[in-house]
Amino acid sequence: MKKTSIILCILLFLALSIYPVYSYNSPLAEGKKLPDIELTIPKKQEHQQYLGLTGEGTFKIPQIKAKVVIIQIFSMYCPHCQREAPTINEFYRKIETSKNLKGKVKIIGIGAGNSDFEIDFFRKKYEVLFPLFPDGDFSIHKKTGEVRTPYFIGLRIMDNGKATIFYSQLGGPKNAQQFLNKLIQRSGL
Amino acid sequence: MRKNIFIITIFFAVLGLLSGSAFGLSETFKNNIYNPGKLKPIDSVLKVKVGEKAPDFTLPSISGEKISLHQLKGKKNVVISFVPAAWTPVCSDQWPGYNIAKTIFDENDAVLLGITVDNIPTLFAWTKQMGKLWFHVLSDFWPHGKVADMFGVLRSDGVSERALFVIDKEGILQYAHVGDINKRPDLKDLAKELEKLKNR
Repeated sequence: MKKTSIILCILLFLALSIYPVYSYNSPLAEGKKLPDIELTIPKKQEHQQYLGLTGEGTFKIPQIKAKVVIIQIFSMYCPHCQREAPTINEFYRKIETSKNLKGKVKIIGIGAGNSDFEIDFFRKKYEVLFPLFPDGDFSIHKKTGEVRTPYFIGLRIMDNGKATIFYSQLGGPKNAQQFLNKLIQRSGL
Repeated sequence: MRKNIFIITIFFAVLGLLSGSAFGLSETFKNNIYNPGKLKPIDSVLKVKVGEKAPDFTLPSISGEKISLHQLKGKKNVVISFVPAAWTPVCSDQWPGYNIAKTIFDENDAVLLGITVDNIPTLFAWTKQMGKLWFHVLSDFWPHGKVADMFGVLRSDGVSERALFVIDKEGILQYAHVGDINKRPDLKDLAKELEKLKNR
């Protein structure tokens, strides 16, 4: 019996040792740096202002003027993303109307496999106010480990410019307030 | 010996639980998708020509009706979307996109007919995951792929190409697009073609 317990403990230890290797293999694992993603600075003035960016060209997500950035990987072709669009809009409005969160927490969407036209169609259809970015050739999607949609990433940006993933989860929220509470708590903001 | 089997079972059970959680939850629809891998982009030769009359057909819809192309003649422009197979990755996304783009079709007085070579029960179960669809989903199952073959989009393995056809109210084919089966066509191109019909 004693021998069995020892073997069991060794095997459990091995299992737990392998676990971080599994999670670490995901490019979006919590605690890791965000993969190097370059996005085009939006043309819309209100989106530039929201992100704290100016001019033309590209930017990297940690350059967004915020302490926390929520990244939604979605697709206009994904039924779940379509159904959840009003909840995500509510999530955005809750941030923007909160004295404590406005300016500190920002949200962006990246449309996996979606062209400019498709992103624009989704924006108009669901009256999305936060910036959406196309990823027509799936290049960003590949960098994020080809996650399913909708996928949410929470990024904490420190004062020294370092950014760490604190939330990485498949599936969107059913309740905007609960989702916001959970993210704020996890972010340590 | 039994003890060893028990220990090994516990080990793999724990390992399985831990590794699964590393990837988070997955959605029901996506868990049921079969990935056939990368396929030969195009595997058929088109038999229809833009500017000529589109071949007529009658197919059963998942609604229980039989839909014929000639019924729509003089009434609506028709978009036919052939997708290769139910429960496969790209196809499962394409029609939900068209489902939220009804305005693009309405504005151009067009209807959409979605066709695959799957049978009605399969199409019923598959499209139910997409929510309520506003367009007819037709089964070209029997005689197998007859309509796909009439248009020249039946592949050698019995599924259809990923193809889009736009037929005007006179029944004339105005647009034919057979794309890479592995890629979803941009909605922009279809919207542009439908816009052309309005301006004719």
